Amino acid sequence: MTTQPAYTRSSAPVAGVAAQARKGGVRIMDVVKRYGTQDAGVLAVDHCTFDVPAGEITVVVGPSGCGKTTLLNAIAGFHSLTSGSIYLDNEMLCGPGRLKAEPGPDRIVVFQNGALFPWKTNIENVAFGPIMQGYMTRKDALEKARDMMADAGLRGIENNYPGEISSGVRRRVEIVRALMTDPKILLLDEPYRALDSLTKSVMHEALLEIFYKNRVTIFFITHDLEEAIFLGHRVVIMTTRPCKPKTILDIDIPHPRDYNVLTTKRFREFMDETAAAVHEEATKAFAAGEKER
Amino acid sequence: MISAPRGGRGDDTARTKQFEIKSHVMSQTELSHSRGITATRGNTDGHVSTLALTFHRAALWLQSPRPYLMFIGFSLFLGFWYLAVEVWKLPRFAEMPGLTTVVSEWLSKNPTYGLSIFMEEYYLHIWVSTRRIAIAFFLATAIGVPLGLFLGWSKRFKQYVFPVFELLRPVPPLAWVPLAIVMFAGSETPVIFLTFLASFYATALNTMLGVESIDVSYIRAASCLGAKRWQVFRHVIVPGALPFIFTGLQISVGVAWFSLVAGEMVSGQYGLGYVINTSYTMVRYPTIIIGMVTLGIVGYVTSAAIRMLGNYMMQWRTRELALGEER
Repeated sequence: MTTQPAYTRSSAPVAGVAAQARKGGVRIMDVVKRYGTQDAGVLAVDHCTFDVPAGEITVVVGPSGCGKTTLLNAIAGFHSLTSGSIYLDNEMLCGPGRLKAEPGPDRIVVFQNGALFPWKTNIENVAFGPIMQGYMTRKDALEKARDMMADAGLRGIENNYPGEISSGVRRRVEIVRALMTDPKILLLDEPYRALDSLTKSVMHEALLEIFYKNRVTIFFITHDLEEAIFLGHRVVIMTTRPCKPKTILDIDIPHPRDYNVLTTKRFREFMDETAAAVHEEATKAFAAGEKER
Repeated sequence: MISAPRGGRGDDTARTKQFEIKSHVMSQTELSHSRGITATRGNTDGHVSTLALTFHRAALWLQSPRPYLMFIGFSLFLGFWYLAVEVWKLPRFAEMPGLTTVVSEWLSKNPTYGLSIFMEEYYLHIWVSTRRIAIAFFLATAIGVPLGLFLGWSKRFKQYVFPVFELLRPVPPLAWVPLAIVMFAGSETPVIFLTFLASFYATALNTMLGVESIDVSYIRAASCLGAKRWQVFRHVIVPGALPFIFTGLQISVGVAWFSLVAGEMVSGQYGLGYVINTSYTMVRYPTIIIGMVTLGIVGYVTSAAIRMLGNYMMQWRTRELALGEER
């Protein structure tokens, strides 16, 4: 009874989620990013084009140091582009004439090493966005933060500092903080990289649960292929530096997914299909002497 | 009741953030542990919990070997002093006042050389020195912390100011003595100025390093969440630099005593440095030692006071470190 009917195509929205106008679609068009000069610089991203569909999870997989994070930083507005353009819901974030996007609460990043402010309690962290933007009073923001944390199963740690909770829980608090400001898209930069595999599996299901509730568009970077196929509607496999899409896969395993998916035949097929491609890029990256950053 | 059992959490503080591999699966039981901590250390009953924590720490301290080792350390030091001077009469120690001489002078109601804990003058010297330190330290902090914050925060500002700062910094406070006496009238201001100088450099430099040590992710996260530039400054830069600032203040108060005594030996009419210097010229050797010991004690107290203030202002850090300590 645990096996999903793996071959049925899941184009329909997940049960329980109203067909609302989805937001957060990102179009990445012909993006090039070069660090340094034309001659002496490093080409990190090379004519990269793909779409991040609204209301879905898009996972970008590639070897460490391939330039995935560069792409994410360009969307978030931390870095400028060398050329190309990026659109969010058909509005240009950055492109010709404005090579660097403005960071804003419509695109929230969850960082690789976590960026909860250690000097603020968990609830103050979660309430930070609305208070800074000034559209909520401190009291209302804290109240909403309390509710959202409770919803995410994070009751009882509101007044603790991030240093007092485990790193898995910290990551969940950080995602709740991201959702507080109702972003169009969440940008997750290898958020579970530092976690052990048991914690990771719990975190994956927690992330999916959050996704099913909020239907926020998710752009997820990882080097873990299994994680990518398990989470993603769409998996973009990147070449090693300079990075551009090698293969784009639409994962037709129906949502909602849970851990039983990992043992299905369809999941293994996707793994088999892609493992070779990923391994090839990893080998190239290794040969080119890419180091863990 | 305070040491919440948390497996494997001991070395997993934010200071070793990049090594967070030892995390574990969040379970309902862990949530209730967390709640336990909140109950004992939470914001609502902070006063009670702080007191309880202090008692708890004191009890732990007495159970540990530390106080006894400390006692042995002091005994060895004082014992050597006593034996070297008064029993063995070693060659280099012939002129030195012995332990018993100093202690009986220090505790005497009628001291031979005029300074003991029963003399009003003793406290006047302490008070004058402490007041000078307080003024100099306050000025150094009030100017040094903002300067350091801006040095770390604005590249442009740093390019203007830092080269000058770095050229002035190696000039020892003692080299400023003549200029200080020429520049400032009286005997009080030059001493305070010298004390201020040493403090100021330590505070400003550490504050700047503190700002520069802040992980760029925090700044990016804040701007993602919609914080304006000055909000980032207020909510990320200042608290993020606080650990370094307090390290700087600890160093600053130490070097303040250092240059205070130097200043008081050159000019000034009261103060512990003055006591030491005049006692030397007037051959009151036990009083020199009294001055030195008093400096040690008062210096330790000021240092400890700043550490306590730091712990109070950085609850998040204190709690993190406490979690590590209780393992």
